Order: sequence, then structure tokens, then C-alpha cells
Amino acid sequence: MPQRRDAAIVGIHEYPLRVVGPGVSAIQIKAHSASKALEDAGFSWKDVDGVFDAGEAPGGGGLGISEYLGLKPTYIDSTNVGGSSFEFQANHARAAIAAGKCNVALLTYGSISHSERRAIGTAGPGGAGIPTLFGNMEDTWGMTLIAGYAMVKQRHMFQYGTTEEQFANISVVTRRHAMRNPEAVKAMTDLEFVGVKEITVDDVMESRLIASPLHLLECCMVSDGGGAVVIASAAAARNARKKPVWIIGTGEATKYRENGGDITVSAGAQSGPIAFGEAGIKPSEVDVLMAYDSFTITVMCMIEDLGFCRKGEGGAFVSEKGRLHFDGHLKPVMNTDGGGLSSNHPGMRGIFLLLEATRQLRGESTSQARNPKLAVAVGNGGQLGARHATGVTILAAD
Amino acid sequence: MTTQRTLRPQPRFPEQDSHHFWEATKQHKLVYQTCNSCHGVVFYPRTHCTHCGSLNLSLHESKGRGAVYTVSVIMQSRHPSFKDLGAYPVAYIDLDEGFRIMSTVVGVKDSVKDIKCGMKVKVRWEDQGQGGVSLPLFEPA
Repeated sequence: MPQRRDAAIVGIHEYPLRVVGPGVSAIQIKAHSASKALEDAGFSWKDVDGVFDAGEAPGGGGLGISEYLGLKPTYIDSTNVGGSSFEFQANHARAAIAAGKCNVALLTYGSISHSERRAIGTAGPGGAGIPTLFGNMEDTWGMTLIAGYAMVKQRHMFQYGTTEEQFANISVVTRRHAMRNPEAVKAMTDLEFVGVKEITVDDVMESRLIASPLHLLECCMVSDGGGAVVIASAAAARNARKKPVWIIGTGEATKYRENGGDITVSAGAQSGPIAFGEAGIKPSEVDVLMAYDSFTITVMCMIEDLGFCRKGEGGAFVSEKGRLHFDGHLKPVMNTDGGGLSSNHPGMRGIFLLLEATRQLRGESTSQARNPKLAVAVGNGGQLGARHATGVTILAAD
Repeated sequence: MTTQRTLRPQPRFPEQDSHHFWEATKQHKLVYQTCNSCHGVVFYPRTHCTHCGSLNLSLHESKGRGAVYTVSVIMQSRHPSFKDLGAYPVAYIDLDEGFRIMSTVVGVKDSVKDIKCGMKVKVRWEDQGQGGVSLPLFEPA
């Protein structure tokens, strides 16, 4: 199947602050980012005819966002599958553009999770609202979001012999990249990280357990933030200020607790091969991997399930010298912006995967890989150990 | 047998799918369903088979024996019911009849060290008080 180049990312913006203070709302971050991303693309407000919105910001959503921004789209998508919403939305934007339903799609994200002191990972079950089956079977046990991921790590270690040291390598390389990114350094400083510096495997293993076997330094931050992505048709992309970054493969899937199921296998095992098949490339060809690092285990599962290595061999893969680091000699480099672990995670990190993948393919990263041609953004939303959704977006340089 | 009274969130009703499951716990019965068409095990409870879509299901009582599939001991929880309880485990238990339930494991000294994947466990009921449900906890078998 020939690779299709119907749609491309032409404009991006990452909101620079992770602590916005009381004067800024989530939906203002979206509007600000939209304005900046359209400027990056060299497009105007009036060019936007497709609007994608997860409804994460009060006042937004499929109904509210167009009015708030002042747009008159002819294509509206309000997909929300948690943190991977933006991979799903980018994939849907490409499909809509390929079908001729819109020419210029706008994706925005805004959150003030930190300023609202939202305990995303440790809040536990709600116990309010209309009762649901899942809530009734789970809330009584006090499950937290972090524990949902921790249970996957526990099983991964049991099933494959993956070690704490191997998991810690993911935190170490991500922090190294973060220390090269001024916005990430400011983020960690503003969020009062203990020690805004490079970290070691021992640092990670000696940090306190939040939900065994996950340690503090294996968990993402809770920040404010946001961003925007402009995706254009091939024709429109030719008028953009910068070189287009083509969407060449897309996949999406969901997975959940099943009787007898393998919790170490994510929905990425389903969505990954679809995306790679569509792109007509192999994981070994990928230069840049932007893997959703809500926790180290998320990255481990994404790497394995997308086929960068065989299932259960992710521990060795992430520990190989020269792998994942921006200046390493082995493909791919990974999470070169500093990730959710050390740069930006306001609750739904998926958009930042698209932003940094685009920066890499444009040559604009603070931890720039050498002349990368192919990047993969893999977002994982929901709870890895329970119901979750994995969206894969494969990008190619012009 | 009732252990200490806890402040866990309780299942809330009306919720039509889990209603019969929680009603059965009042008699200390752990129930699950199978499909009369494809014979698949259905859990959490439903009115349809999640394997084939059949609406023809049977209800069974489990013997309450199984193994820990995986576990996490939660050190930090800000939920009001749990934040003062200290560390507590949450586990998936695979029952011998072929269904997987979320629960906790009690009756061990050190939750972090002593609860292992594959460990054999059996159900232990924790009554929630007058007219309330009973929670199926698990302890080493």
C-alpha cells in the first residue's frame, strides 16, 4: 500500500508555563495556544474549518469551543479518551481531511490541574454522581489511578523478570532531556521539585513508593499547561510558513480488564500494527518515539506493544547503552522534551507528544536528534491496568 | 465475621447490573455469570454476554478460591475514606471459575513483601453493617 500524504501538522504551540496562577483559565490557555499555533502555521483564524475538542476545559467541548474561539467550523469532533485524546483527534482530523470534510483542523488543550490542586493520581474513586457498574465494582477498594499502573508494573516484573533498575532508566533519560529544555527546567522549579538536576537509577529506586512498585520518580508531574496543533490538507499545507510534518499512519484501540486477560499488554498491541501497516514502515526505522510517560510502566508497554522490541524484552531495550538518549547511536530517541515525568503533564499529555514529534522533524527540539525522518506519537489515556485507550500517530518529515 | 468498621465507599443503587451481585454478598455468596450460548464467563455482571452478545445467561456461586493476579500497595491516597488508613493493597484476584475481580488482600504481615502474583487466596467476608452488603476480601489460602 503506498504511503498517503493527505494531511500534515503545519502549526504548533506549547503553552510555556506549568504554573499559571489565578489570573489564567484553562479555556484561555486553549485560545492563546490556538492563536500562537495558527501564527506558527502562517494561517488565519478564518482558515480553520475543523475543530477538535475533548471538552477538558470548562466552557469548551463540541458546543462551546467554537463560540468561545469565534470559529465557524464545518467539521466538529469532540473525542475524549483521556490523555490519548489528541492522538485520536489528529488521526480523525487526517481522516476528515482525506475525506474532503475540512481543510484546516485545530486541536487545542488547556488545563489548570496544578493550580486547582487536582489530585489526579492519588484522588481515588469519586463515590459521587450517578452509580455505574464500574464504580460499584471498583470504588470500594480505594483504587487510585497510580495504583492502576502500578499493578501493571507488578505483573510485568513477575511475568518477564523486568527489574526496578530497568524501569528507572526511563526516568533517568527523560530527566536528562528535561534538563536541556528551559521550559522543563522552569516547570520543575515552579512545581518545587526536590532537586532540579539529572537523576540516577539509584535516585529513582530510592524515591518513596507512591503505589508499590511505582516510586515517586516514576510518576509524572501534575502541572498546568496546554497547547495547540494545526493540521492541514496537502494543498493548504503548501501555503504554510514551515515545512509540513505529514501524518502517514494512524491507529486507535481500547482495552480493559478481562477475565484471564494479560494486563501487561496494552491497547497499543492493537493500534500500533494498524498504524505501522498504514504507514508502510517498521518500528526499527523510527527515529523519534514520543511515548506517553504518565509512568515508567506506560512507556515500557508502549515500546513493547508497538513492536520496538518483543513483548517482555522492554527492560533490556530501554537499558541498552546509546538507546533513547537524543545523542545515542541507536534508534529511537525518546521523549526529548523531558516528558510528562519532567516537563509537562497537566492531566492529558497526548498533545505534547505531537508537539515534540513535530519539533524534532522540523529540527527545533532542545534535544535534537540527528536529521530524523520518522516519528511516532503514542498516547495512552485512561488507566493502563483497567480501561484505557491507545492512539498511535506516525509522522514523517517533508 | 466482621473485622473493623471501615469507611470504604459502598456500592450505590439503583445500579441495575451489579445489583444482584451485591445482594448475594449479604448471604456471603460470590456470584458470577456464564453464557448459555457460548459458555463464556461473564464478569463484571451484565445482562448480555460480553463474548457473543447473547441475552441468555446463568448465575453461579463461586467457591471463592483463586490466586492473586497482580497487586499494588497504595501508600498515598487523598480519598477521604482512605487517606488516614495508611498503606493498603488493591489486587486483581483470578477466581478458579475463570473470572477476575478487584479486591484487597488481608491477613499478611507486610503487604508490600508478602502479597505476590500467583499467591493462592480464599474469600473472607467483611460485613458492612445492618442491612448492608458484605465485601469479598481475600486472604492467603
